[in-house]
Amino acid sequence: MEGAAPLLQMEGVSKRYGGVRALEKADLTVATGRIHAILGENGAGKSTLIKIVAGVVAPDEGRMTLAGQEVRFASPAAANQAGIVCIFQELSLIPELSVADNIVISGPPKRFGMIDRRAQRRIAEEALARAGAEDVHPLALVRDLPLSRRQMVEIAKALARNPRILILDEATSALTAADVTKIFAVLKRLRTEGLALLYISHRMHEIAELADECTVFRNGRNVATYKAGTKSDTEVVEMMIGREYSHVFPPKPMQMPSDKPPVLEARGLSWTDRLKDISFKVRAGEVVGLGGLDGQGQRELLLAFFGVLRGTSGQILVDGKPVSISSPATARSDKVGMALIPEDRKTEGLMLAMSVRDNLSFAALDRVSRGGIVDRAAEEKLIDEMISLLGIRTAGTDIPVASLSGGNQQKVVIAKWMMRQPRIILLNDPTRGIDVGTKQEIYQLLRKLADGGAAILFYSTDYDELIGCCDRVLVLYDGAIKRELVDAEITERALVASALNIQAGEVGILPAMRA
Amino acid sequence: MSETSAGNRISGYLPAFVRRDPAVATSFACILLLLLIGSLYSRNFLSLDYLLQQLKVASFLGIIATGMMLVILLGQIDLSVPWVVTTGAMMACAAASYGPLGVALSVPFGILCGVALGLLNGIGVAYLRIPSMIITLAVNAVAQGLMVVYSGGFSPRDTASVPMRYLATGFLIPGVPNAVIMWAIVGGATIFLLTRTTFGRAIYGIGNRERATYLSGINTRRVVMIAFAISGGLAAFGGVLLGGYASKAAQAMGDAYLLPSIAAVVLGGTSILGGRGTYLGTVAGVILITLLQSILSVMQMPEAGRQVIYGLVIIGMLLLYGRERLSR
Amino acid sequence: MKEWRFWVAEQRGTLLALGIFVLMFAIYLFNHPAIESQGFTTTSVSNVVNTAANKGVLLAFIAMAQTFVVITAGIDLSVGMVFTLTNCLASWLVTGSPTQVAFGIVAVLAVGALCGAVNGAIVIWGRLQPIVATIATGAIYYGIALVLRPKPGGSVDETVADLLTGRVFGVIPASLVTLLAVVLVIWVPFSRSVTGRAAYATGSSEIAAYMSGVPTRRAKFVSYTLSGLLASIGGLYLTFFTYTGEAAYASGSAYTLFSIAAVVLGGVSLFGGTGSVIGAIFGALAFRTIGDLLFVFDFDPLWQPLFQGVVLLLAVSLSAFSLFRVRNRLDWFA
Repeated sequence: MEGAAPLLQMEGVSKRYGGVRALEKADLTVATGRIHAILGENGAGKSTLIKIVAGVVAPDEGRMTLAGQEVRFASPAAANQAGIVCIFQELSLIPELSVADNIVISGPPKRFGMIDRRAQRRIAEEALARAGAEDVHPLALVRDLPLSRRQMVEIAKALARNPRILILDEATSALTAADVTKIFAVLKRLRTEGLALLYISHRMHEIAELADECTVFRNGRNVATYKAGTKSDTEVVEMMIGREYSHVFPPKPMQMPSDKPPVLEARGLSWTDRLKDISFKVRAGEVVGLGGLDGQGQRELLLAFFGVLRGTSGQILVDGKPVSISSPATARSDKVGMALIPEDRKTEGLMLAMSVRDNLSFAALDRVSRGGIVDRAAEEKLIDEMISLLGIRTAGTDIPVASLSGGNQQKVVIAKWMMRQPRIILLNDPTRGIDVGTKQEIYQLLRKLADGGAAILFYSTDYDELIGCCDRVLVLYDGAIKRELVDAEITERALVASALNIQAGEVGILPAMRA
Repeated sequence: MSETSAGNRISGYLPAFVRRDPAVATSFACILLLLLIGSLYSRNFLSLDYLLQQLKVASFLGIIATGMMLVILLGQIDLSVPWVVTTGAMMACAAASYGPLGVALSVPFGILCGVALGLLNGIGVAYLRIPSMIITLAVNAVAQGLMVVYSGGFSPRDTASVPMRYLATGFLIPGVPNAVIMWAIVGGATIFLLTRTTFGRAIYGIGNRERATYLSGINTRRVVMIAFAISGGLAAFGGVLLGGYASKAAQAMGDAYLLPSIAAVVLGGTSILGGRGTYLGTVAGVILITLLQSILSVMQMPEAGRQVIYGLVIIGMLLLYGRERLSR
Repeated sequence: MKEWRFWVAEQRGTLLALGIFVLMFAIYLFNHPAIESQGFTTTSVSNVVNTAANKGVLLAFIAMAQTFVVITAGIDLSVGMVFTLTNCLASWLVTGSPTQVAFGIVAVLAVGALCGAVNGAIVIWGRLQPIVATIATGAIYYGIALVLRPKPGGSVDETVADLLTGRVFGVIPASLVTLLAVVLVIWVPFSRSVTGRAAYATGSSEIAAYMSGVPTRRAKFVSYTLSGLLASIGGLYLTFFTYTGEAAYASGSAYTLFSIAAVVLGGVSLFGGTGSVIGAIFGALAFRTIGDLLFVFDFDPLWQPLFQGVVLLLAVSLSAFSLFRVRNRLDWFA
């Protein structure tokens, strides 16, 4: 595979959004028969780069050549025509259409000017088989499929277009372990067929498993390109963040206050087939992590506490007394004092078009109002306190929260709940998609809140976070607690093993999961 | 730090359009332009009498559009306006025929009927999650059906009560028609509601993203229901005033208010998708539409030409500032 | 493989509309005075069906017009005004020699399509929200209708009118035949074309469709244009029924509003991406039948609007039953 011909070359490509430089004179060379990984923090310019290659956005300057020819794509369709197909992080499937309709969406087979349904179905079946998703029926509507199946359809759809360059942007994020293994086999086969693959992922072990070359992006520039396996994880992380990767997590208290009474307790909590007989306690001052593979009921557990789910059985106790929480309104009331930092800040945490001020005080308006009338002076005072407490970097409180960076947006989500001074804090993957600097600040804040007496339940998809932040970790598997890890037991090996519901010694046989 | 926050606070009290809402500024500019054009036709156009007369005519639309605005801010729409307006007028007139007590209660009774219909809309949208476009349509049909049954399909013989006429045509303050005062009260209350209360914040929040608002611990369903009830009440109140103005209620008298009320709200810079807009903009939109209609009639433009120009102006203004952002 | 289940899942809305219509029409038919007095003879049934068809077919055309736009997640509040405008236009043009009549019909259809195309252009390239854009164009179209017919009047070629509103072989209503022909000539090719699929894709998720290289703008433009065309077929038929043209504001706006009701009854989601014109046709026919049910039960016609309203209210509330199955309250806000 040495000396493979360069297929796609980008030179000095830049893109600005308003005043923000998303990409600054970036270069990239992609060769046929290679899997090329792109690494970088969020906001490093990876997404912009991909969008330019795929014709979603137009670059401000720079040139792009495909097989020696200079190209400039006016639309995703034009890029597809040239053989560049991208699987985006946000799913691009159309929910109301069938799987087969979706797979051939960009160029359905035609007969007498109309779509040839039989040919379409044949193409869809082939593509599904190629992606290793034979279990998906081509006539099923996409909206009826679970997330992991949709992701497989997405991959099948990309393959059906016979791409020369295939771009996968966090394409494995919703997949089950078995699917990941299948997809890796497919990708490796495509490599031998002479495709060029661009692979974007935050999961280092996936990159180590798959990539031939890696390019690291930082602040809109490509800072390094190296052969996979020639750099250690620590080196890579340092390249990504541009400083030493150490002392990220605040120190944990020497010993846990196991004598303190539990603030939050679940007794036999169940909900449909997603939560099964869950019982545990969280004490004041404790950070309890929720671990396990993605989608094992962790999100549902948090939502169940917060009163979002209907038809839960079992008991929730706050301060040892049973409570019935039927809505977020009850959950946040003084009697319960709960806060939830939701999964998706753009749709669940924030009103993006509204001002920073309106967002910050939104969950705590009852605290600064009397008879439904807002006391603006009190509101402003509280907002200023929160902005300085969390170090939110904003040009003012009147600007739309959408204009802040991802990390600062997340701080606004957290601050809006801190205003209520909650005693129970539920966090649903709060550091996803934000920069390392802000992550560290969030870790510090969590510990500070715990030291201040809050009970914290913290779900994260990042094992390092669970290890670094939590006093205890509950590992969920298929809706039930499989294992509880305390203090020194919280190791990567233990987390991975219990996440897969196997004994620690067996981890080695599943290298695709985690190196 | 304290200096900047003081600065923030001051700018926070400035009307939003100064900072980022060109729509309101444009509509006011258009109002001035219309007055200028009108004054070329007739000197009377800039007289106080004429302007007050225009404000009076505008106040009916203004009150109805206020309710529409609340609903549009939620990202919904209220298509039941035509027959809720008519119901308000007819029921107020009907109450007036039940002796002195009926006369005294005619206005609140008319409004209450509108609130009841609005509640029906609100329950449908908030609790049954039916698209507002269809449930308000159905409630409109029901209101129409009720009124047709009640009136026998003819204009009712009941005439407007004294309080109705007083509110619509009387003068509490010499020179200022009471209808204008009514609009001022409704408008002032709405501005207060939208900018100073938790309810107002919740309306904007729901219009932006109901999911996030719900997860912030706000009872979004109750807010939506109440907003629709207010909209119904205000539409009926508009009908009560119209009934007082015309001294009677008539079949389909509300038909002429549905599209103008939506147009006024949107011309005033409120996003039809919800979550964004100021009451000042709605005021501008209402005055703009009223003036436009008035000028066209002063120019003795036939109805046909009025409709065409009316449509062209709305499209033209929206093309100026009401366009969606380009994604690419 | 139970393939039919996938088909049923896809056509659920249409099948439901068909069910509602068949039920309503059966009640209507069995209680109709003409049937009760004469029994089920070819003549009596044909008479009843013909009357019902002629009443329902106008709304069916307008509902079809609305469907094209609603599928793309848009809405056309000018559809009733295009209907009125083309009615006025037809009362001028569809008369005279056979060539003139033929030319007139083509001209009316072309104007209808043009109105739709203007709506589409404003929504797509003007980037205005369909709801306000079509409110405004509706006013314009109504204004033009008033220019054409300040007072009701005009005429239409009666031979053609009677031919198209009479009965084929003395039994089948010609209006239904036209409806079927329109479905076969316009809807079937559209729904199986790349553009038609693009319209569904755009309505279901415009961003995903764009990302997949679907021609979203073309799909929307074609949908709006076809919507105008369908509305003008309705306008033509109105002229054939009444022999005159009238710029009636109330009738125009009523048809706009009823078209939305018919579309919803027909299983077409106002959020776009699902449903079909077939469903909308049954929705329209069912809506009309409901309105006429009181008539066969000898109620005072005064109660008709209320009955229609209440049935509509109940029908749209039925969809709320699926709420009981929602276990995660966040699904309310999907």
